Amino acid sequence: MQIIQPHYHAIARTAQDYERMAMSGVVAVAEPAFWAGFDRLYPETFIDYFRQISEFEPTRAAQYGIRHFCWVAVNPKEAENPVLTREVLKHFPEFFAKPTVLGVGETGLHKSTKNECESLEAHVDIAMKHGQLVLIHTPHLADKAHGTRRVLEVLAGMKVDPERIWIDHVEEQTIKPCLDAGYWVGFTLYPITKCSPKRAVDMLEKYGTDRMLVNSSADWGPSDPFTLQECILEFRRRGHSLQEAIEVFHNNPCRFLGQNPKFDIAPIRIETDVVKAARG
Amino acid sequence: MLSPDQVVEASFLEARHQLLEVAALLDRHDAAVNRTGRDVGAGGAAKLGVLREALEALCVPRPSQERTVTLLELFAKV
Repeated sequence: MQIIQPHYHAIARTAQDYERMAMSGVVAVAEPAFWAGFDRLYPETFIDYFRQISEFEPTRAAQYGIRHFCWVAVNPKEAENPVLTREVLKHFPEFFAKPTVLGVGETGLHKSTKNECESLEAHVDIAMKHGQLVLIHTPHLADKAHGTRRVLEVLAGMKVDPERIWIDHVEEQTIKPCLDAGYWVGFTLYPITKCSPKRAVDMLEKYGTDRMLVNSSADWGPSDPFTLQECILEFRRRGHSLQEAIEVFHNNPCRFLGQNPKFDIAPIRIETDVVKAARG
Repeated sequence: MLSPDQVVEASFLEARHQLLEVAALLDRHDAAVNRTGRDVGAGGAAKLGVLREALEALCVPRPSQERTVTLLELFAKV
């Protein structure tokens, strides 16, 4: 089965991960800009990071037949430095012009401070002005419900197209208001701290598969890119068809990311023997 | 040996994760009952009953024996 990893921090992972993903059917990954584990001090550090994910990383993925796309953003954890944020934002348009950059992300909230909310608003604003997609991080654990509400409040005060915005890391207590407002949502499958493969399938069964994206966890912390395959196995084990799995784990990423024409992987449809026979 | 604080800090997220999985299992069961219009058979009912007894046992503040022993004895019934 062909799989797309829509949220994958490739620079934190090994070539062996690419190799194993390729062997398990992954055909493309999309890499949002991430926190480095410490707060960066210089705009140039971000510029080089964006060059790494937009120029170098696609060449590494290509060695395994995997397409690599990316996003640019100042991470919410670094939004407490508004001068730095403004300076980095000035460079976004030059990256929007690169062939594998899909939009702005992951922006969003961490502790939902005033600076973070202003940074989120500035990120969404520049994305909308340049016709870019947006990927929004919602906080972890105790801050999640409040932070997600704040994200929705910030977006409600702006002129945005919800179809072009993906609110990520939703869980049972936050998914409904995001879907009700018309946004795409993403589940992030971490070994412990976020959603689990089984809970993600529960939500797919409860809310349907429209505007749903499923990500593995893949960064420099405790995480596992193959939680996505675990989720596919759980989905199929519960009796959902191969085509239904393709819709969620391949075609939905194509539908959302494909709103940017640079993402040129098309949804696929399995032609069954029954259909072939009917055609003669 | 860990201090009381270290015990909680070291394992809180893992325990949170495990309890969420139990909660999701119970929600999944309810959803299946609603969808199919029928509940589990006798074997499944016994297993669910033991799970609920186990959750109640975990809420006892100072049990007379170790909680793991109580739960293993409970699970041995099904």
